[in-house]
Amino acid sequence: MSARIFISRDSGALCVGADEVAQALRKAFEKRSLKVEIVRTGSRGLYWLEPLVEVATDKGRAGYGPVNVSDVEALLDAGMLEGKKHELGIGLVENHPWLKSQTRLTFKNCGIIDPRSLEDYKAHGGYKGLEKALAVGPKAIVEEVISSGLRGRGGAGFPTGIKWRTVAETPPQQKYIVCNADEGDSGTFADRMIMEGDPFVLIEGMTIAGIAVGATFGYVYIRAEYPDAIEAMEIAIHDARKGGVLGRGMAGSSFDFDMEVRAGAGAYVCGEETSMLESLEGKRGEVRAKPPLPAHVGLFGKPTVINNVLSLASVPIIMERGGGFYRDFGMGKSRGTMPIQLAGNIKHGGLYETAFGITLGELVDEIGGGTRSGRPVRAAQVGGPLGAYFPRELFDTPFDYEAFAARNGLIGHGGIVVFDDTVDMAKQARFAMEFCAIESCGKCTPCRIGSVRGVELMDKIMAGEDRSENLIVLENLCNTMKFGSLCALGGFAPYPVMSALTHFPEDFGTERKRL
Amino acid sequence: MRLGMPRYESWTAERAREIIARYRHLEGATLPILHALQETFGCVPADAVPLVADALNLSRAEIHGTVTFYHDFRREPPGLRVLKLCCAESCQAAGGDALVARAEEKLGVSMGETTLDRRVTLEPVYCLGLCHSSPAAMLDKRVVGRLDEGKLDWLVKEARA
Repeated sequence: MSARIFISRDSGALCVGADEVAQALRKAFEKRSLKVEIVRTGSRGLYWLEPLVEVATDKGRAGYGPVNVSDVEALLDAGMLEGKKHELGIGLVENHPWLKSQTRLTFKNCGIIDPRSLEDYKAHGGYKGLEKALAVGPKAIVEEVISSGLRGRGGAGFPTGIKWRTVAETPPQQKYIVCNADEGDSGTFADRMIMEGDPFVLIEGMTIAGIAVGATFGYVYIRAEYPDAIEAMEIAIHDARKGGVLGRGMAGSSFDFDMEVRAGAGAYVCGEETSMLESLEGKRGEVRAKPPLPAHVGLFGKPTVINNVLSLASVPIIMERGGGFYRDFGMGKSRGTMPIQLAGNIKHGGLYETAFGITLGELVDEIGGGTRSGRPVRAAQVGGPLGAYFPRELFDTPFDYEAFAARNGLIGHGGIVVFDDTVDMAKQARFAMEFCAIESCGKCTPCRIGSVRGVELMDKIMAGEDRSENLIVLENLCNTMKFGSLCALGGFAPYPVMSALTHFPEDFGTERKRL
Repeated sequence: MRLGMPRYESWTAERAREIIARYRHLEGATLPILHALQETFGCVPADAVPLVADALNLSRAEIHGTVTFYHDFRREPPGLRVLKLCCAESCQAAGGDALVARAEEKLGVSMGETTLDRRVTLEPVYCLGLCHSSPAAMLDKRVVGRLDEGKLDWLVKEARA
């Protein structure tokens, strides 16, 4: 039997040279006349160890990383193919503390299976959720998802099952499933990892959603900045159709469900669900006023379920193991697991899936290992460009929708960006306004004009011009944007601004604590 | 991954019509058509707007509005190579700002500009989803993470080659 090794093809691995390492290994095997199969997987999410090379041994997969092209010969000499010791060795990957302490439900296959193989997905339990869904029927699917307590992983945290029920209860007609894969928040990459590392789980989740609500077609709206994810999803959709689990009468059932990928075009606001619908319809990505809810009047005016990638990718395991199994993880009203993404100036950047309830401090200091620069951590921005900056004093906040909201923050899509003590928080506040100005869809005035005025105000404050008066104006402006904007872009941009001012007043040239 | 070398076709209305015809049957065909036009011509030429409008039975204003709304749709072809540097928070936290300044200096252009010899367009991008390995960049379709001065200099050299 020939040896098997595994190297990620995820863009997070490619960006640090995984293809080059795979190529070098292939050449070395040829030179040494070794028969070795190289399987390209997704990433485990231990990105600081990428390119990570895993070798199948009788005890499990032994890992080596980060591997450079120049390490290849030495690794083979040391007996990598037998899983022997080397300074880059991390032992059995499954036993690595960073992986072992996680609760992998949504990401259970990521980094393990070959994302280009429907057979491999099925061999790892894939399509068991769909099988169960077909057996119990639409009503019971919706009930199962409601009972799991799953809330939208895109950021808003709305209960997924309730959304499905609303669409299911609309009269039979053309309905749609739209998967929001416009993962634009800085510090997040979980959707990308699923699409590149386990695309069939998303297809399965969307298919189950289609059955549950009576929708026959789905769109995955993927941002154009993710060319590898677009390619991976297109290939997987094609293969799912060929394999009979997508399309007319899929999986030998009486249901029809098909889907396709649509690429965004560089507009952050299109991650907002109604803006996304406009974009899918071919229009400017301007936000729609609600009501009507997309569940009633959505894509092309039809009832539409819009869910984030992670929400839909969690559905197969909920169906397979039951809503109760999923609900047993977590705390308070935040049930199940959250794939948390550690980013920015951090030693162990990567994806860490765990039950809700872990504190921000544990995530940043223990799991993340502190800053990569080695300097003290000063702040962490949680939940993307519209999320609040938390100082060390708030690092005891548990990862939970309500706990973050109670401290004027949000968990959003689960991204944490760590900053060391060289950060200028006034500059970060200015950037939040600038980003909002660049990305505003322009439909509502508080966001369109407010963000521009916000940048001007920050320039004045940073230049020391009428500082105390301008800080009052800034606070008023933030309130106007927060309560007057049509969507979360203008409505949440004040979070990073006000949290920076509240927790780091010294960077704004004021001593006034605003807690 | 091989470095892709974009070579754009010169504009002809006939070729544009052919592309439009390939996608016009889709629901909400506008964006797929605009993407396909840009892939072929390097941008969405102004002359394409009435053709798209006509094929989809929409007004020119609607198509113009869509083209101009999205950051990615270009009105003119970019340089031979496009170097995008991520400017979002995660890459800022990891020292991205200094690398942006370095790239601007090396190429002699500001963000959003193309070198005089039309070889390289330098652009900001707000997140490539590689925040675990910030700072990140993208040269055409090739992604590069854990960017430092050495890697950036190599990227700039590669882009100019």
